[in-house]
Amino acid sequence: MLKYILRRLLLLPLVVLGVTFLLFFLTQRLSPEMRASLYIKDPRQMGALEEVIAKYGLRDNLFKQYGRWLGRALSGDLGYSQSANMPVAKAIKEYLPATVQLALVTIVLVVFFGVWFGAISAVKKDKWQDHLARLISVGGFSLPIFVLGLLLLMLFYGKLGWFPPGGYSLSTDVAIHLPSFHHYTGFLLIDSLLNGNIKIFVDVLRHLFLPAFTLCLGSFALMVRVMRSSMLEELNKDYVRTARAKGLTERAVIYRHAGKNAIIPVITLAGIQFIRLLGGTVIVETIFDYPGIGRFGVTAAQQLDIAGIMGFSLMVAVLFVLGNLVSDILYTAIDPRIKLNE
Amino acid sequence: MNNSIWQRILKNKASLCGFVLVVFFALVALFAPVLAPAKTANPYQLPQSSYDITPQGPSAQHWFGTTEQQYDLYYGVIWGTRLAFKIGITVTFFAFLIGLFLGAAAAYFGGKIDEIIMRFTDVVFAVPSLVLAMVIAAMLGPDINNMMIALTAVAWPSYARLIRGDVLSVKQRDFVTASKALGARGPRLLLRHILPNSIYPSVVVASLDIGYIVLTAASLSFLGLGSQPGTADWGQLIAMARNWVLGSGTNTFAYWYTVVIPGGAIFLFVLGWNLLGDGFRDILDPRQG
Repeated sequence: MLKYILRRLLLLPLVVLGVTFLLFFLTQRLSPEMRASLYIKDPRQMGALEEVIAKYGLRDNLFKQYGRWLGRALSGDLGYSQSANMPVAKAIKEYLPATVQLALVTIVLVVFFGVWFGAISAVKKDKWQDHLARLISVGGFSLPIFVLGLLLLMLFYGKLGWFPPGGYSLSTDVAIHLPSFHHYTGFLLIDSLLNGNIKIFVDVLRHLFLPAFTLCLGSFALMVRVMRSSMLEELNKDYVRTARAKGLTERAVIYRHAGKNAIIPVITLAGIQFIRLLGGTVIVETIFDYPGIGRFGVTAAQQLDIAGIMGFSLMVAVLFVLGNLVSDILYTAIDPRIKLNE
Repeated sequence: MNNSIWQRILKNKASLCGFVLVVFFALVALFAPVLAPAKTANPYQLPQSSYDITPQGPSAQHWFGTTEQQYDLYYGVIWGTRLAFKIGITVTFFAFLIGLFLGAAAAYFGGKIDEIIMRFTDVVFAVPSLVLAMVIAAMLGPDINNMMIALTAVAWPSYARLIRGDVLSVKQRDFVTASKALGARGPRLLLRHILPNSIYPSVVVASLDIGYIVLTAASLSFLGLGSQPGTADWGQLIAMARNWVLGSGTNTFAYWYTVVIPGGAIFLFVLGWNLLGDGFRDILDPRQG
């Protein structure tokens, strides 16, 4: 087990190296002139294009340029993001906590609703409740999140005015930049509580709700399906029959006995989905103008901000690979029947 | 395809619905030139009746209304269906072909070749597919063909893994040993004996991915990293609706059709493929169900 984890951890830098090289190679599809023009803000300075190319060595061969990027990245300098108007490292530090916060709230919603609907679906197998739960899950899975997001914005922001887009309102923006507000963790939900400011907490939560709910939809279907089949499997086991035979109420049998065991695969799946969500936030954050890492990545891609794209993908790749490793370990920890290779 | 599988698919209400939806969209795509005669040389170019920015509701002239800049929604939905099939089928075909080639090579030759190909798939898998497709599409520039290249580039590794696994398991079977004993070797053994017996399940899996591919394509277009502006593309039509979700003054839902019509089209399309896919999965894997 320990050997496996070590081997995977050793492989991690290799995979990340591969990913960044692949992406760097892709960014080189743009001509040196195009890449140089990113450094120029004023159209009147376009004459300086050659100077910029020479200064940053944009005509050097691929490996030399990649080596230069890598060397700087290793020392913590990811370059300057033109699209975010700040150094990439700073942008990641600023935007990542908001995305993690969003993914956490989403996963809580996914597990809650997934377990609820999945359990009902299994207990009432082939009854209308089962059909309804399955219908909602397949329907939700098929509704693109950008369509759902726009519909929700229309209703809850346009019509009802309950949940505004963005990360927080203007008054919060002012409050959190006052020197009296301490940033303990970078997560506004936690920091606001630590500062004893309930108003900010509620405000952040209100802005989180719609994107979290929208994001919930894609993972929800899978969660219902896993919970349903796992619950069905448990309900057919001998210990459930024993519990029924000793006269326990149906409620106790379902929730205390079968439910407890059925939830195990759901928890592992939640771990995996959490990582997937980190990547899947790009669309949701764009729709709701939520100041997270996904929106940063999309803007960087749209504006061909190479430093931004590279920094964003580097971070996503590290998170993704680490997350997959953690979920593999979780799998074996929870289900001893699964063995990891070597 | 096996007759009894089709019978079971059509017996199940959910997968029957999926089948009907997919056939309906296929017919729309097929008869697009009849349903909405093209007005320009490039039929995927949306006709624009004026440059007025405000969407107009459904009318006798524009059955589904017009979206931002007077692009006709009816035309967009009809030709968008054809484009969805074009993208879905092309991307799945080429991704499958690449996956087939690399996956089979990895499994058949093993050793270093296997290691190199599989580590390369690991690298592609290490980034969420939408993120990678987004970066590739951004680098290549907005264009339908570029979008298809980006989608193919992120779709093939899963097929390569699938086919590698299938070939590895078939390679062990007795009939392969038998044909080896009869003197078959090299490409002939792989092409004539191993592949025909191993790719069938993967072909089904791949073809059911069309809904997912179209969804990813629409996501790219929605982010402005897909087709050129003014293309009959569902994702782009929905992106154009973004400015109008808050309606006009007192009536929040004034421009509902700009979201609901293209959104409904893509929803039903993906739903059809998912229902059909679920049906196949239930039959192929009896443990779920």
